[in-house]
Parts: sequence; C-alpha cells; structure tokens
Amino acid sequence: MSLTLLLLLALGLGLAGWLAARARAWTFRRESADGRLPSLPTYHAWYVALWIVLPMAAFIALWSAIAPGLVTQQVLASPAAAELPEFGFQRQTMLNEARAVAAGASQAVFNPQAAALVEPYRDALAHYNVIGIVVALLIAFAGGTFAFLRLKPDFAARTRVERIVMAILLGASLVAILTTIGIFASLVFETVRFFGMVSPLDFLFGTHWGPDPMANAANPDGSRYGAIPLFWGTLFIGAIIAMVVAIPLGLMSAIYLTQYANPTLRKWIKPALEILAGVPTVVYGYFAALTIAPAIRDIALSLGANNPSSESALAAGLVMGVMIIPFVSSMADDSIAAVPQAMRDGSLAMGATKSETIRRVLVPAALPGIVAGIMLAVSRAIGETMIVVMAASTAANLSANPLEAMTTVTVQIVAMLTGEGSFDHPATLSAFALGFVLFLVTLGLNFVALRVVKRYREAYD
Amino acid sequence: MTERIAPTRTPAFEARLKKRYAAERRFRALGLGAILFSVAVLVFLLGTMVLNGIGGFQRVELEIPIDLSEAGIAADPAAMQQTGAVQALEAQGLRDVVQFYAQQELGEEAASELGGQAWRDVAAAIIADPSILHEKATFSLPASADLASGYEGEGSPEMQALAQRLYAEGRIAKNFDPGFLSRSDATNPQQVGIWGALKGSMLTMLVTLLLAFPIGVLAALYLEEYAPKNRWTDMIELSINNLAAVPSIIFGLLGLAVFLTLFPNLRSAPVIGGMTLALMTMPVIVIAGRNAIKAVPPSIRDGALAVGASPVQVVFHHVLPLALPGILTGTIIGMARALGETAPLLMIGMRAFVATPPDGFTSPATVLPMQIFLWSDEIDRGFVERTSAAIIVLLLFLLVMNGLAIYLRNKFEKTW
Repeated sequence: MSLTLLLLLALGLGLAGWLAARARAWTFRRESADGRLPSLPTYHAWYVALWIVLPMAAFIALWSAIAPGLVTQQVLASPAAAELPEFGFQRQTMLNEARAVAAGASQAVFNPQAAALVEPYRDALAHYNVIGIVVALLIAFAGGTFAFLRLKPDFAARTRVERIVMAILLGASLVAILTTIGIFASLVFETVRFFGMVSPLDFLFGTHWGPDPMANAANPDGSRYGAIPLFWGTLFIGAIIAMVVAIPLGLMSAIYLTQYANPTLRKWIKPALEILAGVPTVVYGYFAALTIAPAIRDIALSLGANNPSSESALAAGLVMGVMIIPFVSSMADDSIAAVPQAMRDGSLAMGATKSETIRRVLVPAALPGIVAGIMLAVSRAIGETMIVVMAASTAANLSANPLEAMTTVTVQIVAMLTGEGSFDHPATLSAFALGFVLFLVTLGLNFVALRVVKRYREAYD
Repeated sequence: MTERIAPTRTPAFEARLKKRYAAERRFRALGLGAILFSVAVLVFLLGTMVLNGIGGFQRVELEIPIDLSEAGIAADPAAMQQTGAVQALEAQGLRDVVQFYAQQELGEEAASELGGQAWRDVAAAIIADPSILHEKATFSLPASADLASGYEGEGSPEMQALAQRLYAEGRIAKNFDPGFLSRSDATNPQQVGIWGALKGSMLTMLVTLLLAFPIGVLAALYLEEYAPKNRWTDMIELSINNLAAVPSIIFGLLGLAVFLTLFPNLRSAPVIGGMTLALMTMPVIVIAGRNAIKAVPPSIRDGALAVGASPVQVVFHHVLPLALPGILTGTIIGMARALGETAPLLMIGMRAFVATPPDGFTSPATVLPMQIFLWSDEIDRGFVERTSAAIIVLLLFLLVMNGLAIYLRNKFEKTW
C-alpha cells in the first residue's frame, strides 16, 4: 500500500474518531444538569482525533524510513541472494532492478541474475507491508480507545487539546534548528572525511586545483586539491566584478527613487526592479551564456585582446551584478529612509543643495546600513550558482584578467557532485569541504551585517 | 546711521552657485541613468528571450499526404481507446508506411530527413480519430533537426539546398506547434515539449507547499505569540534568519547527504526535490508570517481575551484569520522563488533525461528550470529557441504568481 493511501487512511480514522467523540460529548451535554460542559464538544472530538492521527502518522514516518532496510535484509537472507556478487556497485544495481520490478515501477529486469530476486523481493515487500499496516492500525485504535475512554462530562478536553497544539507549534519552530543542525552536521561529517584523505593545509593554501575523479581514491594527490584559485575566482566574480556593477547602480537607483522621483515614476520603477530580482537565476545564466559572453568576446577581440575566453569571468560577473542591483537598492533604500528627517532638514536649511545633502549628510549617516547591505549582497553573490555554472568556466585559473576563464566554489561543487564519481572519492568529498567553506563565509558575512544593521538602527531610534 | 551690508551675490558667489547647480543636475542625471540602465537591461533580457522564444513555439514541418486506406492498417475503434494503442500501430508497420509515403512524395533524400519519431504524430492522429484510416489525409510531420536548421539558413549547405527545394515545392513550412506544451523531453529539438517538466514542477511545488506552509505558519505563530524570551527562542530565531541567507546550493548538499541517504531509491523524485525546496522556503514563510502577525493590532487580542477566549483560541480564531492574507502573500513569493530554483535540485540528481511525464511523487521527474538548464547545454542550434520558449513559459508562471501576490496584498491590506 502506498504512503499516500496510508496517510489518507489515518485521516479517515481521525475523522471517524472525531465524529464519535463529538457525539459522545453531546450525550454528556444533554445529560448534564445545566446543559454545560467545561469544554465544548468539538474539543472532545479534537482530543480523540489527535490521539488517533498523531501516533499513527509518527509511526508511518518512522516505518517508511526503516522498512526498506528490513525488506532488503529479508531478501539478502533468501537463497537467491547467495548468488549475488559480494559487494559493490553491481550488487546494488541488481537489488535496485529487482526492487523496481517487484514494486511495479518497471516492466522487466535488464540483468538476468536480478530476475531471481524479483520473487523474494515481492514476498518481502508484501510481508512488511502487511506488518506495517497492521501495526499502524493497532496504534491508531490503541490511541483512539485510550482517548475515548478518558472522555468524561468533567474532562478538561480544551486544555489537553491546547497543550497538544502548543507542542505542535513548538515542534514546527524546532524544524528550523533541526535544519541548521542537519546542514552543519552533514557538511562537517563529509568535510572531516575529506580532510582524512587530503591535508587541510593543501586544501586551503594550495594554488593548483584539478581533482581527478578517476584517480586511485586510497592515495589522493594533495597538490591537486588547492582551493585558492577557486576562492579567488569566487571573490573576483562575486565580490569585485559584480559589485562594481551593483553598488553604483543600486545605490544611485535607491537615491533617485527615494529623493528625486515623483510618485508616478516610483510606482512604475519599483515593480520593474522587483521583476529584475524575481527573474530565476537559470534565466540570467542563459542570458549570460547566450548573449553577454559572446558579445564580450567579440568586443575584446575587436579591441585587440589576444585569445579572450568565451567563458570569461567578466560575463558572469556583469550579469550577476545586474541580478544584485535590486538587492543593493532595497537595502540602501531602507537605510536612507531610517536617517532622521531632522538631519535632512538641517542641511537643507543651511542652503545645501539636494545632492549636497545626499552626499554629505544622508549617505554618511546611512553608511553603516549601506555597508551591511553590501555585505549581504556579497554573500548572496558568492553563493550564487546557476549564473556561474552556465556562464563561467570549470577551468581553475589564478589571474586578475577579467577576460580569462575562471571558476568558482559553486561551479566546482556542481562539477564534483554531478559526475559519475563514487561517494567515497576525495574528489566528490571535496565538494562538501567547499560547501562548508561557503556556508561559513556566508554565515559570517550575514552575522556581521545583521549586527551592524541592528546597532545602527538603535543609534537613531 | 547707515548700515553697510556686504553684497551677497558677488560674481564669485554667482560662479560658485552655477557650479553647484550644475553638480546637482549631474547627480540627478546620474541617478536617473542608473535606473534607466537597470530597466534597459530588464527590457533587453526579456526582449531577447521573447524574440528567440517565439521561434520555439514553432517547428519546421513537412507536408506529407498519406493514404491510410491503401496502407492496410486495420484498427478497430475500440482498441484505439486502450493503452498500448501506439504499440499496436507500430506493430502493424505504421512507421514503414509513413516512411514509404514520405519517400514517394518527397524523394529519397528528403524522406531520410523526416524526424525519427514522426510516425508517432500520425499514430496520435489515428487514435484521436480512427475514421481517418479510411481516407487520404495530409499530415504535417516534424522534420529532422538538421533539415530544420537548414530551413533557418544554417547548418550544412546540402541541407540548406534541400530545404530551399522543398520550400519552392511548398512541402516545408514553419508552423505553430501546440504540441510543445503537451510533449516531454526528447533528443530531437523538433520533438521536445515541456509538459513533462511542467508536471514535475507542479508535483514538486505541491510537496513544497504542503510541507513549508504549515510548518512555516505554525513556527511564525509560536515565535510571535507564545515564545518565551529565553535562549531557546533566540536560537530558533537565529537559525531561521541564517537559513534565509544560506545559499540555495547548500540546501542541495543537505538533501544529498540526508534525504538521499535515507531514501536512495527516490533519486530525482519530486518528493525529495519538494522536501529540499521546502526547507529553503520555510524561513521565507516564517519571516513573512511574523511580519503579518505583528501587524495585527494588540486590541484584537485583548478584546478576545477579555471575553474569555483562551490564548490558543485568540490566535486561531482571531489573529490567524486576520494575518492570513499577509502570510499568503509571503508564501506565494516564497513559492515563486522555489519554482525558479535550480541549484539545489541539481545536487539531488534531478537532472536526468526524463522522456515521459512523471506519474507520481516518487517517479523520476525533472522541473522547468532544470529543463531550461539541460536544454541550454545542448549543442544543437534548434534547442536555443526551445530553451527561450521554455523560459517564457517559466516567466509567465512567475508573473502570474507574483501578480496574485500583489493582488492579494492590495485587496486585503489593512491599515488599522
């Protein structure tokens, strides 16, 4: 039985419990002396329904995580599995094939050896399906009966239900912490494995990047895992070229929109900037690769550059800068708006022109906020993936020439993880180490930026 | 008594004032220039996509009259309604029939440039209306990718010459291709469609919505209404703010390391993609939800508490309904972002070539942005137009979603 059906069954049972409990509460209410109960009948109903659905759903979630393992174990214990190759990739493929056929996902096996496993798989799947359904139903009935028997005329159903609701609310907000822990743990775990094979010093300070996914995994060549060219490429594209575009344009747009533009213009331009921010990065990437990169190459050729790359850092950086403009603009907008009106009025009263007020008073006063916004923009730019994957190169180059091909951390993460490499190979694991560095850097930038913004807001309040 | 007032408007002052005013005008022009540049880039980007994409909704087709009554393909109408009808027609040699008529009508050279799967279009026409088996009909069938680029004036000289000859005979034409919206991925750009990717996107977004919306709203309610001021609450807030800023590719690494380790059989399934994107969307919903909840005035809460409502009743009967439009606006914006997201899905392997639309949450699927990425990697020139056409469809979806969010905001926004 499929997971969806099982969950629907849980909801159906919950509804049945809900109706039964409400009917029971209504009889209490009719029999009571003054026709009143401490809790409304609906709360009795919810109490029972939650006691049915929650334990059952928890069991289903748990079961769907452990059942596949149990099924595989039973299949491996069957005589047919003794024929299988000992370990490794082939064995896994055969098991997968047999399971796909047994579950009805595909028509026939490709590998004749896997055919023998189809029957054991089908048996095991059916076996554990039945166990799962029976246990789930038992849990639901146990929970429902327990809750139903507790219903009494003076039972405080509302407080019980509200306590459960509060627990669910708390649980929902803990998902955020769990996700953070999950990200941190998975990155750290794989990074530690990587550093067990390649020295952290080689990784952080080496200047040659060229992992070979086909090389012997047991004895990796540390000198091929120097990430400095990646860090440099990331900084050059995301923090230098993109910011050279985004900071002046974003800042000037924000200034013009808040200080000069009339309301009609603002009404039309603001949504346009929001559209610019809402365009998916894959579209920007396509635009960069299809239109901007060849154009830059042609211009460079006509200016006499020798052999410019068609995957230049400049193309990716420029398009990324355009993507960041609305981000910088809205951050600058916020921090300029937070400058007290009195400072502006004072400057204007002294006879300063509008632009002098902006340059000498508003921007300096808003500077901490603007700098924080730029830090957030940089953190967004260096974590951006699709533009660089599509427009930048995979060749690691340590160069300051924007017309040369360069690669970034995110490009390499994608390149290392979308190949055919095995999960135990240092080349694959290096993606997690790169991801960990990226995570720490963006986190650090955000942390500092939010601190700055907070302190600066307080200064003017 | 006479006062001596120094003249203020000296020539030096006038000169300085002129300079200052000029600087003012320059600064203003610079601001306007920055805005115009941004808008111009936007217009250029959209214009490029639209100009390229219009061709993507068309394909080069060969006009081939086929006399199916002569071909001797028998099919009773009842059998045509069942699954497997296409296979039945193939078994009866429909492919050869189509090839035969193509040779007869267009000549050897042109017939070999008929798209390899062109007979499927004929099969679809027969299934839609079995009565055409008894008559002679003219079909517009897709040309091969080579001939199509020849028609565009690119590719090899022989193909260009062939396309010109066929054009002179009125056998070849570029027609609107409604099938682009109903087919799936293929190797020939003439025969690709986006329905498979679109369906994958919808399934993935459904999973994302079902997970991220309830969790996000409940977490926002907890943090805004009930959370005590202590270290745990601070930690929850810190992680939500951090998650909102973590690059999307990191969520892909999490999905790869956790979800795919737990469910290795669900590689490139919408359910895994949806779970990964839900983790990414949830913080957006929490932050939007908290702002919407904060905007509900305290007097509403006080009024409900005063007539005896419990804290849970106050929130679920009064605060949540009033905050819901704001929460929905934030949710739609978060979903729009998830719909356009590619990088995390790239990490969890949703980049497979999937030639049939997914039929469930656990079957292999691809999503619209991923399809764009995959097509953009193709060398064949025909894919450029198709990619742009897919981008137009994606942008239209995003436009509708954002338009809906703006409409909701304007319609339900209240100033208390």
